[in-house]
Amino acid sequence: MAEVLVLAELNPAGDGVRKTTLEALTAARALGEPSAVVLGAPGTAASVRNQLAEYGAATVYVAEAPEVDEYLVAPKAEVLAQLVQEKSPAAVVIPSSPEGKEIAGRLAIKTNSGFLTDVTEIAADGTATQVAFAGATIVHSKVTTGTPIYTLRGNSVTPEPAPAAGTEQPVAVSLSDQAKQVRVVERVVEQKSTRPELTEAAIVVSGGRGVASAENFSIIEALADSLGAAVGASRAAVDSGFYPHTFQVGQTGKTVSPQLYIAVGISGAIQHRAGMQTSKTIVAINKDPEAPIFELADFGVVGDLNTVVPAATEQITARKG
Amino acid sequence: MNIVVLVKQVPDSGSERKLDPADNTVARASADNVINEMDEYAIEEALLVRDREGGEVTVLTVGPDSATDAIRKALSMGADKAVHVSDPAIHGSCAVQTSAVIAAALSQLEYDLVLCGAEATDAQLSVMPALLAERLGIPQLSGARKLTVEGGTAKVERQTDGGYWALEAPLPAIVSTWDTINEPRYPSFKGIMAAKKKPVETKTLADLGIDPSTVGLASATSQVLDFAGRPPKGEGVKVPDEGDGAQKLVEYLASQKIV
Ligand SMILES: Cc1cc2nc3c(=O)[nH]c(=O)nc-3n(C[C@H](O)[C@H](O)[C@@H](O)COP(=O)(O)OP(=O)(O)OC[C@H]3O[C@@H](n4cnc5c(N)ncnc54)[C@H](O)[C@@H]3O)c2cc1C
Ligand SMILES: Cc1cc2nc3c(=O)[nH]c(=O)nc-3n(C[C@H](O)[C@H](O)[C@H](O)COP(=O)(O)OP(=O)(O)OC[C@H]3O[C@@H](n4cnc5c(N)ncnc54)[C@H](O)[C@@H]3O)c2cc1C
Repeated sequence: MAEVLVLAELNPAGDGVRKTTLEALTAARALGEPSAVVLGAPGTAASVRNQLAEYGAATVYVAEAPEVDEYLVAPKAEVLAQLVQEKSPAAVVIPSSPEGKEIAGRLAIKTNSGFLTDVTEIAADGTATQVAFAGATIVHSKVTTGTPIYTLRGNSVTPEPAPAAGTEQPVAVSLSDQAKQVRVVERVVEQKSTRPELTEAAIVVSGGRGVASAENFSIIEALADSLGAAVGASRAAVDSGFYPHTFQVGQTGKTVSPQLYIAVGISGAIQHRAGMQTSKTIVAINKDPEAPIFELADFGVVGDLNTVVPAATEQITARKG
Repeated sequence: MNIVVLVKQVPDSGSERKLDPADNTVARASADNVINEMDEYAIEEALLVRDREGGEVTVLTVGPDSATDAIRKALSMGADKAVHVSDPAIHGSCAVQTSAVIAAALSQLEYDLVLCGAEATDAQLSVMPALLAERLGIPQLSGARKLTVEGGTAKVERQTDGGYWALEAPLPAIVSTWDTINEPRYPSFKGIMAAKKKPVETKTLADLGIDPSTVGLASATSQVLDFAGRPPKGEGVKVPDEGDGAQKLVEYLASQKIV
C-alpha cells in the first residue's frame, strides 16, 4: 500500500500529540498506509510513539535536533521535503494549525507540488472537501501537481484507533542556513486555562456583546464548566475588553467545529459564523427573536441571558448530582 | 527603510460571496469588492515604521484592473506609491502560482521589509508569507501582534494560542500582521486627495519575465472540481423564555445525550 506521511503536531506542554494528529492519521488511511513524522528537540518521539502506533502509524520517522525548535517553521519544511524526496509518498497530511499551513506551503514550493489547506475530508481518490465563505459554500478540490499536500481542519474527522507497528526510524537532520534565519527566542504562555483547548473541545460556550461586561463573563464560564466546555467570545466581546483575544471565534479568530456550540448574546454576524458554522449542533440564547444566529440554531431560547444562563447552569449541575 | 505592503482586493466578507460556475473561481467581477480588511493592519504598521525610521512605503497588488480601488485606499491612508500587476493570464492561479508572481514583482523592487495581512478573507489560506519567504530566501516572521525594527533586525511577537512566541531575524524580512497589532487609521480628506496624484505603476507578466503558461487556471497546482451551497439545516426549534427557557434548553441537551 502507498505510504502517506503524516506530520505529528505535539502538545505544547510536551504531553503527547494533539488530537488533530490522530485525526490526520485517521484521514490519511483513505489514501494509503500512514507513517508519522515527529520533528522536534531530542527526546520528543519517545513519549508519543505508542500513541502514533495506536492510530495507525506503520513507521514513525524521528528527526530530532535542537535547531528544529529553535527556528520558525523552515526547519520542519526542510526535513519534511527531504523525506518526501526519499520516500515518494502518495500524499502528505498535516494538522491545520497556523504553523501546519505554513509548513505545507513551504513544502509545496520545495517539492513542486500543490497544497490544499483546511480540508475537512479526504476521499480515496485524493479529492478533498473545503468549506468556503464563512461556511456557506462547500467545494471539492484536487491537487493536480506533484505530491498532494493537505492540511486537515481540526474536529472534522473522528479519530479511530487502528493499531500498527510504529517502527521508529531515525532521520538525520542537517539544515541549510536558510532554514535558520528566524530564531524563536522565547515561547510565552500568558493564559493558562484549565478548560479544554478551544479548537479541540467537544463543547464550546461563547459569549458576545450581550454579556455586557467582563465580570458578567463569569456566567458564561460557569455554564461552560458545568458542561466541561471551552469558552469562546465574539469579536465585539473581545473588542469591548470582556474576554481575551485568544478566545475569539470567527473569521479573524479561531475556527471551531465542536459537537455542540452555544452562542450566548451573539447576533450571528457572517464573520462570527465563519468560525462556528460547521459545529454539529448549535444552540443560541438571545433576547432578539430576529437575531440572525437563530437561522443557524438547532435550538434557540429567546430570552435574557442573565436569567436563562445561570438557571441552565444550575439545572445541568443538579442533573449531574 | 524601503517597505513594501502586499494588498489584495477581495469580495466584502460581510456580503454574500459566490463562486463562478463557469470556471469555479471566485466571482470577483460581480462582487462587492473591498480592500482585504486584514491588509489595513499591515498598511498601518508600514506607515508607523516609516514614520519612525524614514523611507518609503510601496503598495504591491496582484489583481484584476478593478483592484485599483484597493490600491487607492492604501495610498489614501498614506502609502507613497504603488505597483499593480494585472494580466488576464493570472486569472485562476492557485496560491503557489500567485506567490511566483508576487515574488517576481518584489524582486524588481528594493525592500528592507515586506508586510502583509495575516490572511486574505476570501480563501483564508494564511500562507503567502511562508511561500514568499521560501521563494525569496528571506526570513518569515508571520502572525505578528507586535513588530519592532532596529539596527537591521526585526523582532516580532507571533500570536499563538494563549500567548506569543518572540521571534528575531535579520532584514530584509517578510512580516504578516494580525488585527491585534494596531488600529488602522481612516483616510483623511487630504489623504484621499493626495492619493490621486501618487504614482501607480502597472506591470504585466511580460514585464516580470514570467511565461504566461506557467500561471492561471490551466496550470494551477490545484483545482476546484465542483462546489455547492452548504445544505440548509433543518428548521430549528425556537422557544420564548417564559420562565421555563432554561428547563427547555436542558431538556433539549438531554435529548441530544449531551447532559
Ligand atoms: C474556496 C477555495 C479554496 C482554495 N483553496 C486553495 C488552496 O488550499 N491552495 C491553493 O493553492 N489554492 C487554492 N485555491 C485556488 C484554486 O486552487 C484554483 O486555482 C482557482 O480556483 C483560483 O482561485 P480563485 O478562485 O481565487 O481565482 P482568481 O479569482 O482568478 O484569483 C487568483 C489570484 O489571481 C489574482 N487575479 C485574478 N485576476 C487577475 C488579473 N486579471 N490580473 C492580475 N491578477 C489577477 C487574484 O487577485 C488572486 O490573487 C482555492 C480556491 C477557492 C475558491
Ligand atoms: C474583517 C472582519 C473580521 C471580523 N472577524 C470577526 C470574528 O473573528 N469573530 C466575530 O465574532 N466577529 C468578527 N467580526 C465582527 C462581526 O462583524 C460582528 O460585529 C460581531 O461578530 C458582533 O459580535 P456580537 O454578536 O457579540 O455583537 P452584536 O452584533 O452587538 O450582538 C449582540 C447580541 O446580543 C444580544 N443581547 C444583548 N443583550 C442580551 C441579553 N441580556 N440577553 C440575551 N441576548 C442579548 C443582542 O440581541 C444581539 O443579538 C469581524 C468583522 C470584520 C469586518
